[in-house]
Amino acid sequence: MAGKVKWVTDIEKSVLINNFEKRGWVQVTDSEDWNFYWMSVQTIRNVFSVEAGYRLSDDQIVNHFPNHYELTRKDLMVKNIKRYRKELEKEGSPLAEKDENGKYLYLDFVPVTYMLPADYNLFVEEFRKSPSSTWIMKPCGKAQGKGIFLINKLSQIKKWSRDSKTSSFVSQSTKEAYVISLYINNPLLIGGRKFDLRLYVLVSTYRPLRCYMYKLGFCRFCTVKYTPSTSELDNMFVHLTNVAIQKHGEDYNHIHGGKWTVNNLRLYLESTRGKEVTGKLFDEIHWIIVQSLKAVAPVMNNDKHCFECYGYDIIIDDKLKPWLIEVNASPSLTSSTANDRILKYNLINDTLNIAVPNGEIPDCKWNKSPPKEVLGNYEILYDEELAQGDGADRELRSRPGQSLGPKGGRSRDSGRTVLTTWK
Amino acid sequence: MRKAQGSWEKRILKSLNSMCTELSIPLARKRPVGEQKELLNKWNEMGTDEPDLSLFRPVYAPKDFLEVLINLRNPNYENGDSLSFRTHLGLIQVPLKVKDIPELKEFFVELGLTTGQLGIDDSTQVPPELFENEHVRIGQKVLAEQDSAAAQQYVRQGSPTALRAELWALILNISSQPEDILYYEQLKTNVIQHDLLVDSLIYKDVKLTASNDDYYFVFEDYLYQVLLCFSRDTSVLGHFAYNSASPPKSYIRGKLGLEEYAVFYPPNGVIPFHGFSMYVAPLCFLYHEPSKLYQIFREMYVRFFFRLHSISSHPSGIVSLCLLFETLLQTYLPQLFYHLREIGAQPLRISFKWMVRAFSGYLATDQLLLLWDRILGYNSLEILAGKILAAAVFAFRAVNLMEVTSLAAAEAVLADLSTLKVMPLLQIFLFATVT
Repeated sequence: MAGKVKWVTDIEKSVLINNFEKRGWVQVTDSEDWNFYWMSVQTIRNVFSVEAGYRLSDDQIVNHFPNHYELTRKDLMVKNIKRYRKELEKEGSPLAEKDENGKYLYLDFVPVTYMLPADYNLFVEEFRKSPSSTWIMKPCGKAQGKGIFLINKLSQIKKWSRDSKTSSFVSQSTKEAYVISLYINNPLLIGGRKFDLRLYVLVSTYRPLRCYMYKLGFCRFCTVKYTPSTSELDNMFVHLTNVAIQKHGEDYNHIHGGKWTVNNLRLYLESTRGKEVTGKLFDEIHWIIVQSLKAVAPVMNNDKHCFECYGYDIIIDDKLKPWLIEVNASPSLTSSTANDRILKYNLINDTLNIAVPNGEIPDCKWNKSPPKEVLGNYEILYDEELAQGDGADRELRSRPGQSLGPKGGRSRDSGRTVLTTWK
Repeated sequence: MRKAQGSWEKRILKSLNSMCTELSIPLARKRPVGEQKELLNKWNEMGTDEPDLSLFRPVYAPKDFLEVLINLRNPNYENGDSLSFRTHLGLIQVPLKVKDIPELKEFFVELGLTTGQLGIDDSTQVPPELFENEHVRIGQKVLAEQDSAAAQQYVRQGSPTALRAELWALILNISSQPEDILYYEQLKTNVIQHDLLVDSLIYKDVKLTASNDDYYFVFEDYLYQVLLCFSRDTSVLGHFAYNSASPPKSYIRGKLGLEEYAVFYPPNGVIPFHGFSMYVAPLCFLYHEPSKLYQIFREMYVRFFFRLHSISSHPSGIVSLCLLFETLLQTYLPQLFYHLREIGAQPLRISFKWMVRAFSGYLATDQLLLLWDRILGYNSLEILAGKILAAAVFAFRAVNLMEVTSLAAAEAVLADLSTLKVMPLLQIFLFATVT
């Protein structure tokens, strides 16, 4: 009640600014006293860097975790997930169970990936096992589809070979680091087109893990029909779903922007494939998101001044298996269509309602447990505290929208929640 | 009615012929072999790389059709000069018999407040044991027994999403035999070999409507595959036996007027209008196999959709639907009706386009499919097109509508139906309104 929340941002987007203004918050500069800073990822690096010696006070909140890149850099995400799996395996957890081919039954949700140039030789070994496969090269630190290309011949990535004469200290630096992943060349197609899913996940704390999933995710369709034909491997309009790329295509449409709501996807899949397999798909999607967060939770700096809204990119293959492609720390707040603008505006609105309770000056010591009413379009995806306490408190099961963790079952009166059938 | 339909058809045909002459494009021509090959290659992605369509315009739009309907008069009917409370103040001035609310309640008894419905009783607040689970179980049984009549009765309460595709196929008697698939392939060959002027109209329509639609843009290519074949399907001519309309005729060049040189044009006798492709679009959510999608659409067209754009006295015909809509509104929401009329916003002018398209493109797809469940279940368009639903929508937005002062503002209040929940609306209007 002491005064209005003072906000700063270095991202000039109307969906943000309109939300701040409608709460009656006051804009200030970053050299003044501020309570809420919505920063770009470059800025967060500076704020939390050792040299800066920045100390955030109790009434200051920022929208990124200091080392979010453990999740949001492609190479580190894979590293952390691999580490997590090995740890589970070591402790004999049933989650780490494997099938007769040595593939994880429940934790195989990231395509086979190697770091280049570090794992070049390992990659070559793998590549030779199935030489007709296609792989996708992605620069570790870039976004919006920049620098991505597909290969199906070793010669196309010669310069990442460790023995290559063209390699130098420069190429060993993180700026040139790439990941190479097995390309999912059998994506689920709708209307003959490839698409991916963009889902928003809000994390308020990593230990205990508390995360929320935004119910209004969307699919991003390519404007061109999909073909795995090798002659079209260079055609980014066929393969990359990023709007930043597709909007330059001839057939890009500014009215719908090539986007479908997740509800449309659900309706289509239920109608054409059946309810059970569709339910299973969505359960799996929730599962892999939670697992990815659990994988990085131990290494995350769980700074109490932080929350983060991630953009998860997921691809579904034609066997209805979801794959985690990457996690974005700064999901685009640009709106490509009118619907988009409304969606992102509401996304920020609901995010702020959870991160900054009552729109008042924050106290980062609060318990980060917002009441159900403020969730808006968010649903609780996983709440570690609740999951651990669920043996003791049966009452909690009956509230809709609450996930119950690995041991929970579907509650009879929770209606349509789909978050509860963990394996 | 037939006379009106006849002169309307003449107008359409004239418009088509003049477009033909203006653009110097033949109504039909055989494709050179090279072009045939190209089209065959592009068959699955006709949406890309389309020809220049800028000179084409739709042959007519729903509002043109509405003008014709408004001017329908029965020359034998003497209305008398005095206005009484019975005078119909709407746009349609043809004295057809339409059901009133008590009759509608009886006809649509399964939609009553005490009967479970999908679209209401499957929402999150209602535990599934109360209705949904049992309903799904019955649906599965109906499918297992392949009982078409039972299926029709069943979908009156709505169809579960996972069972809908099969249930509709059962009700429409579509079974996808090899000969059906062959027939579709034959139509496809016809498309490859001959180019029709009507094709460009179809292209244009898809590009203007479905391609810009949030729900249906994904299925653009399917729409071409269905509609181009549809226009060549002479079996569709069969429905003219029970349609007041007749298929347009054209004559081989130089043989104008000679009956033995007359052909139906297009071959299926149906000239598409602006929005026609939206009849097919929602079906793409259910069927992704082109020949099955085709069969379902064709059957839906010859059973229901054709009534929405031809002039007849049939109770499911568009004229009756309009009249039903206006009568319901005038009788049960008289204040709203008069107000809108006063400001020059005759309600029918706004709702007409919803009805002609069977609400496709106006409602969210899941709601639309619930509505079409009931069309199939009751074998009548009275529920949706025009009729009751349109009136219910007006009732629902009545408060806002009472405050508008222009047609444009009224249109604005009713512009976005995408958030409406169909079944609660219908129930309230039919069963909860004090009559």
